[in-house]
Amino acid sequence: MTKLAQWLWGLALLGSTWAALTMGPTLGLELPLTCREVLWPLPAYLLVTIGCFALGTVGYRVATFHDCEDAALELQTQIQEARADLARKGLRF
Amino acid sequence: MASMEMSRSLPRSRRDPEGRTPRQDKFSVLLPTYNERENLPLIVWLLVKSFTESGINYEIIIIDDGSPDGTREVAEQLEKIYGSDKILLRPREKKLGLGTAYIHGMKHATGNYIIIMDADLSHHPKFIPEFIRKQKEGNFDIVSGTRYKGNGGVYGWDLKRKIISRGANFITQILLRPGASDLTGSFRLYRKEVLQKLIEKCVSKGYVFQMEMIVRARQLNYTVGEVPISFVDRVYGESKLGGNEIVSFLKGLLTLFATT
Repeated sequence: MTKLAQWLWGLALLGSTWAALTMGPTLGLELPLTCREVLWPLPAYLLVTIGCFALGTVGYRVATFHDCEDAALELQTQIQEARADLARKGLRF
Repeated sequence: MASMEMSRSLPRSRRDPEGRTPRQDKFSVLLPTYNERENLPLIVWLLVKSFTESGINYEIIIIDDGSPDGTREVAEQLEKIYGSDKILLRPREKKLGLGTAYIHGMKHATGNYIIIMDADLSHHPKFIPEFIRKQKEGNFDIVSGTRYKGNGGVYGWDLKRKIISRGANFITQILLRPGASDLTGSFRLYRKEVLQKLIEKCVSKGYVFQMEMIVRARQLNYTVGEVPISFVDRVYGESKLGGNEIVSFLKGLLTLFATT
């Protein structure tokens, strides 16, 4: 099954569960009012929460993205060393 | 240096024609180049240094796509300096793309492991012994360098570039759940047969090609290990990540999402 198919299945499953529960009266399922009041806007709440989580995660990862200062410096030194050594070995740049 | 002693003590007739004693590994580095006249000698010097310091059996295959800046001439000089058993020149007439460069290079590779990397000094050969160690440790089919885990990182990226990179990686992880933290990285070690198999199956280009390799590898139940690397970008200033590349990345990502 492709990833897209997995997502569609998952969404269909959750979506139909939610629809079944929120359309309780029409389908003969009776849930207390408080439950239904929470259930009805749940998808919207979840979307917002997921959005915040995504932004937070990306923000955190950008903030902690490791800057390799020493790698750059080391490379610079090695470039000098390499050019000298290669010139000795007869390389014409 | 145990492997070197082993090759001296075995009679010549026992060695296979590619210069490998039984149970000795050889690593072929594929270096596709285009206009890398300045960087090629440096990357080759660093590779030779890393391999000789670790006593690793290696060869470097330079696949130049008809660079107009004289990359090929520099490659020929390097071949003279280091020997044509270590530096193999396998050029092509014109710029033909990465996937075909790998295929072309592999035809001439006598190693049982292939290392792919960039020739512009953004990937440092000092990580190769760590890749090899990791591969042995977990008997992995692929070892991928990652900029996003452990003490992996980058140098030379501004905030915008970092945001794009992390954002794209986040979306990729959510959509593809690939089991590897850095999908667009191109600093990797492959078993030769694994790389051959994967290249046959991959159809995309550019960044997405590297992503597709890992995704297909997972489909075929190959194991992927990771090693944190540092990516020193000296090119970013000249070649900004443009809107075009972002759009083609997203298109490629969605294609992988819908087809794998």
